[in-house]
Amino acid sequence: MKLNINGKDQEYAGEEDRPLLWYLREDLKMTGTKFGCGVAACGACTVLVDGQPTRACVTPAASLEGKKITTIEGLDTPAGQAVQKAWAEMDVVQCGWCQSGQMLAATALLTTTPKPSEQQITDGMTSNICRCATYHRIRGAVARASEIMG
Amino acid sequence: MADTATFSPSRRFVLGVVGFGAAGFAVGCDLRAADATSGPVAQNMLGPYVRVGSDNTVTVFLRHLEMGQGVSTGLTTIVAEEIDADWSQMRFEHSPADDKLYGNPAFGGMMGTGGSTAILSSWEQLRAAGASAREMLRQAAAKKWSVDASTVTVAKGEMTSGNHKATFGELAAEASALTPPDPKSLKYKEASAYEFIGKERDPAKTLGRLDTPGKVHATAQYALDYHPEGTLTAVIARSPKFGGKVASFDDTGAKAVAGVTDVVQVPNGVAVVATNFWAARKGREALKVTWDDSAAEKRSSDVMLEDYRKLLAKPGLEARKEGKGVAGLQGAGQVITADFEFPFLVHAPMEPLNCVIEYKPGESCSYHSGSQMPTNDQRAIFTVLGLKPEQVTVVTHVAGGSFGRRATPDADLATEAAHLAKALNGKAPVKLMWTREDDIRTGKYRPMNIHRMTARVNNGAIEAWGDRTAIQSIMEGTPFLPPGAPDFSSIEGSNDIAYAIPNVSVDVHLVKNPVPILWWRSVGHTHTAYAKEHFFDVAARKAGKDPVELRRALLAKEPRQLGVLNLAVEKAGPVPAGKSRGVAVHHSFSSYVAEVADVTVNADGTFHVDRVVCAVDCGTVINPDIVRAQMEGGIGYGLSAILGEALTIKDGAPVQSNFYDYNVLRMAQMPKVEVFIVPSTEPPSGVGEPGVPPIGPAVANALLASTGKTYSKLPLGTKA
Repeated sequence: MKLNINGKDQEYAGEEDRPLLWYLREDLKMTGTKFGCGVAACGACTVLVDGQPTRACVTPAASLEGKKITTIEGLDTPAGQAVQKAWAEMDVVQCGWCQSGQMLAATALLTTTPKPSEQQITDGMTSNICRCATYHRIRGAVARASEIMG
Repeated sequence: MADTATFSPSRRFVLGVVGFGAAGFAVGCDLRAADATSGPVAQNMLGPYVRVGSDNTVTVFLRHLEMGQGVSTGLTTIVAEEIDADWSQMRFEHSPADDKLYGNPAFGGMMGTGGSTAILSSWEQLRAAGASAREMLRQAAAKKWSVDASTVTVAKGEMTSGNHKATFGELAAEASALTPPDPKSLKYKEASAYEFIGKERDPAKTLGRLDTPGKVHATAQYALDYHPEGTLTAVIARSPKFGGKVASFDDTGAKAVAGVTDVVQVPNGVAVVATNFWAARKGREALKVTWDDSAAEKRSSDVMLEDYRKLLAKPGLEARKEGKGVAGLQGAGQVITADFEFPFLVHAPMEPLNCVIEYKPGESCSYHSGSQMPTNDQRAIFTVLGLKPEQVTVVTHVAGGSFGRRATPDADLATEAAHLAKALNGKAPVKLMWTREDDIRTGKYRPMNIHRMTARVNNGAIEAWGDRTAIQSIMEGTPFLPPGAPDFSSIEGSNDIAYAIPNVSVDVHLVKNPVPILWWRSVGHTHTAYAKEHFFDVAARKAGKDPVELRRALLAKEPRQLGVLNLAVEKAGPVPAGKSRGVAVHHSFSSYVAEVADVTVNADGTFHVDRVVCAVDCGTVINPDIVRAQMEGGIGYGLSAILGEALTIKDGAPVQSNFYDYNVLRMAQMPKVEVFIVPSTEPPSGVGEPGVPPIGPAVANALLASTGKTYSKLPLGTKA
C-alpha cells in the first residue's frame, strides 16, 4: 500500500494496527514527530492528514491510503512556513519535545482561520500539552504567524 | 555539525571520548591536518570547555543537560563574551561523562544538573574558560606574526594587529598547542563592555536560543531519536504495586507476537524485546506475570497521609527556632492552625524516559540518554556489567523535559538498561522505552506531605509561627546527605522564613514509605512556599492587616525579597474590577521571585487565573529572555500542580495512568504572564526553579481574598 507523506509516495507493508507514528519514526527515520502519551491525549505526535490535525500515535498507518500526510519535515505551506518563522523569531521552544505537534496544530488552525481571535487560538491549541508551559509564547507566536502570512 | 569531525586535544586537556552528534562518537585523539575547504574540520580544544574548529565554529562543552531550561545558550553566552566571539559562530555540545573535568562544584564535584545551579556554578569557571581561550588565540597570533601580544586585538571572532588579521578558526590549531595562561593572570571584561551578557535577543536573531533552530525544524536529536541500525526496542513489565516482585511469568503469548525477539527477566520486572516499539508493547500486553506482593506496599495514599498526620502531635527534628520557638505559640491573642496537604506529583516530562545501550561483553558499552547525572549513570552501568569505567561511554542528548526526573541518585534507567543488556548478552543495541503509563505509574514522585501550620496573632501582629511537616526524605541514602544530617530538601523554604516574627518553630518528621520519590522542579519549595505564603495571608487577615503591607513591614531587612515584592505589586497596578488578587514572595535557589495573580471567581464557583505579574531578582542576568521564559514556564508548571495534579495510590498501586487522568495544565488554563527583572550586579543565580514556588500561594491568596476560605488541600480543583 502507498502512503503519501510530505508529497512523496512511501510503501507501507506493515501490520494493520501499527500506528503511523512508529512507521514514521522507526521505518522512515522521520523522528520529528514525537511520542508523548500513546493514547491521543497530548498532541506531541500531531501530523496533518488532508490538512486535519491527527494523532499519529493512535492512527493506524494502514488506514491512510490515498490521504495526504504532512509532518514537521514537510511543513512547506505558507501557514506552515509562517508558523516556523514565528516560532524561531520568538524563541518559543524550551525542551522542544511537544513543539512539532504544536506547530502542526497551529498550521491547521491558521490554514482554516488565518486571523484567529485569542479565543480561537486557545480553542485551536488547548489539546496540545506543553509540560514546559510555553503556552504564553505559543499564543504570541500563532498571532505573529498570522501577521507574517499577511 | 560535521559528521567527519576530528579531534585535536591540547597537551593539558586530553579527553578520552568526545561526542560528535548524529554520527556517533569518535574515540581517541586523532590529529589530522586542518583543511576547512576540502577536508574534514579539525577540532582544537582550548581548555576542557572550548573547542574551536578550523571552520571557525566555537563549541562550548556543556557539563549540564539542556532539558529546556536554556543552558545551551546561557553557558555559551558566558564563553562567547570572554573569548570575544561573534554570536553566529557559537555552538554547543554536551560534554563527555568525566567528573574530573566536568564535575559540578555544587554537587560535590560530581557531574549533575539540578538545583538551578548551572549558571551559578559555571559563572566564574566559564568566564575563565573564555578568557583563557582568548589569550591562547592572542598568543598564537602574536607568535605567528612575530608581534608583541599586547598589540593583538581580539574582537568578534578575529585577531588583528597592524595589517595582520586572522579568524579564530585559522589559528585554533596553533593556539591549542600553547600552554594555557595562569588563571590568576586572566582579566575579565567590565560589565559595561558586555556585548552578549544581559542583552536582549532580537527578531533578526543576532542573539537568541541556540537550540531554537534544531527544535523548530526538528533536526535536534533527542535520545529517543537515536536509533542505530539493528536496534531492538524493549519495554519492561514492572510490578503494579510498589515493592512487588516477579513470582513467575508465562511468555507464550508475548513470544507469539510478530517481531518479539526476546522475553527476559530483569531485577525489577520482565522485559519484552522486539524489532520495533509496537511489537514490544503488544508483547508486553500478552505477557502473563504473577507478582509476589508479600513485601509490597498495600496502603492507599489517604491512609498514608493519616499515618503522617498522627506524627504531627509530637515535635520532629528541629530545623529553626527563633525566640521561644514552639512555646511561643502559647500566649496572648488568638491561635490559628491548619493542616496543609500536598499529594504525590509526577514530573511527566513530554519525552518519556528512554535510552539506547550498546554492549560488547567484556569489551565496552555505550549509553545514549538525556541524563542529568551522566557519571552516576556510567558508574551504575560499569558496576552491573563488570566493566572498567573507561570502557563505558555516556553520550548525552538534549532532553524533552525533565523537571528533576532524569537526575536519579539510584540511576534507575541506566541500571535497568545495563541489566537488560547483560541479559541479552550484547546481541544488538537496545532501546529501552518507558511508555507514558510507565512514567506515571512507576515513580519517582514529589513526596506527598503534610504541613501543620500554626500562628499566634495578637494586637494586630503575628507573634509566633509554627510549621511542622511530615514527609519522606529525598536526600536520605543519596551521596548528597551524610547519614544523620537534617534533610534540607524537605524543609527548605520553611526553615529560612524571612519574616521578622519574634517566635518561630520549624520542625520535620522524616517518614519511611516505599513509594519512590525524587526532587521535582523546586523540590521542597513546591510545598513549603505554598504553606508559608498562603498561611501568611490567613494570619495577616486574622490580625486585621493587609497581607502585602504586613509583608513589607516584616521584610524590612530583606532588601531583595522586598525589591521583587514591590516591583511586582507596582507593575501589577490596581486590581481590575471583578477580579481578586493574591500576592506571594519567595526566595529559592539563591534567587528571589514575587508573583501577583489576578483571578476571576465566577458565580458558579469556578475560577480562572487570568494574569500573573512576576518580578525576579537572579543577580547578574545572562540572557534576559531566557529568564523570562523560565518564569513563564515555572508559573505554568507550578499552576499545573496546584490546579489539577495528584498521583493517588490505592492498595499499594497508582490510580492514574496517563494524561487523561493525570491532569496537567493546558493552554485554556494558562494566564497571561508579565515578567520584570530587577537590575542587579550580584553574582548570577538560578532561574529554572524559582519561578515555580510563588504561583500556588499567589492564586490561593487571590481565592482567599474572594471567599475568605483557607485552601489547605491540594490540588485546588476547579472550584473556589
